Amino acid sequence: MARTPGTRPVADTPAVELRGLTRHFGERTALREVSVRVPAGATLAVLGRNGAGKSTLLRILATLLRPHGGEVSVLGDPLPRRAFAVRGKVGLLAHEPLLYRDLSGRENLLYHARLHAVGRERVDSLLSAVGMERRAQEPVRSLSQGMVQRLAVCRAVLHEPALLLLDEPRANLDPGASELVEPLIGRASRCTRVLTSHDPQSALAEADLVLGLRDGRPQFVGAPGELAGATLKELYA
Amino acid sequence: MRTALTVLRKDLRLELRTLETVPAMALFAVSTFVVFHFGLGRVTIDGQLAAGVLTATLLFAAMLGINRLFVAEREQGGFDAFLLAPVDRTALLIAKAAALFVFLTLLEVVAVPAFALLLLGPSLGPPLPGLIAVLALADLGIAVIGTLVSAIAVHTRARDLIGPLLGLPLLIPALLATARAAGPLLASHATTSPPGKWIAILALYDVVFALLAYAVFDFLLED
Repeated sequence: MARTPGTRPVADTPAVELRGLTRHFGERTALREVSVRVPAGATLAVLGRNGAGKSTLLRILATLLRPHGGEVSVLGDPLPRRAFAVRGKVGLLAHEPLLYRDLSGRENLLYHARLHAVGRERVDSLLSAVGMERRAQEPVRSLSQGMVQRLAVCRAVLHEPALLLLDEPRANLDPGASELVEPLIGRASRCTRVLTSHDPQSALAEADLVLGLRDGRPQFVGAPGELAGATLKELYA
Repeated sequence: MRTALTVLRKDLRLELRTLETVPAMALFAVSTFVVFHFGLGRVTIDGQLAAGVLTATLLFAAMLGINRLFVAEREQGGFDAFLLAPVDRTALLIAKAAALFVFLTLLEVVAVPAFALLLLGPSLGPPLPGLIAVLALADLGIAVIGTLVSAIAVHTRARDLIGPLLGLPLLIPALLATARAAGPLLASHATTSPPGKWIAILALYDVVFALLAYAVFDFLLED
């Protein structure tokens, strides 16, 4: 068991393993030679300024983008070869809520539940957990951004994924709502998590491991306690 | 099949909620018949001309539906959500083609009577079952090709242009076979059953493109 001071112990089996991951968009290299190993149950915080490659990394791990170089393994399955085995085991909470605006929150979640072969009781319990049961019948377009984010959290965890990919997970959430979603996407979820945040301090507080990216290149890989203030400043410079 | 039904149900519910596609298609078709009514300078038409006008109008109206088929998936993250689910991707092809088929059928429920009222000389009554069979086969072909083309076009910036540019040439054989099959049904001394040769060609076209769509659709969803 590996243990970082101040965090809970995590198993040694890697849930995510990257070796020299590279990804291009046309001429531009979004990720170059990224290597990191995330044990099962651990939380990896991916830090870096806008355009550093954080969202691209999450989309690769979610099997939505193909790696162009290096090796990627998610929950023991290599990508992209066994992407079909990974789908359904990861939950992605991205910038877009992945909800249809003209359907109600409940209709959206029931749609996703059917795709993931999950029962409707799970939808009801999640809506109740995030305090959305009373507004669940309203079209998503009529809800505030914070409420939409709460529904997006429900969508991401609906199928009880083993790996949570969280891109700015608390965006638009007030402190009360953040508290409500904590058992679902926070440490209490007991999932392996890869998260990005616009607020490095809060991300560091949740992390067992940190990957610092600058222009797609890894600048720092290690425990949060090893990340010097100067390096952190450099990541966002 | 269960996944395809789930996606189809969602698409029909979205259309029922927004009324963005079918009313636009129907309005376009009726307006075009009005334009033909005045443009041709004739009170009524029949035979091959009537079949050509009906088929071409339905095809252009269908392009409106084809262009919008994947817009919600693209703009509201439906593609990503579907790709994250552990389901067979062919279900999306089946669901979208089925949704387009339903939209085309609804379009024809409005457009064919409007055509009979505004342009058609002979009575539509006796040849109607034959015409329904011809249009159903045509709709199947348009639904399959339309889904394929829409899945390609939606990833481009000029999707409103790419859809017709790719779709119309591919649909010309279907247009030809539909018009030839419907021509005798809309003639002054109409037969009640469409010519078997053109029905067979239409059916063959449907089968070939359904197989082609099945073979390539997965790749269209790949990054």
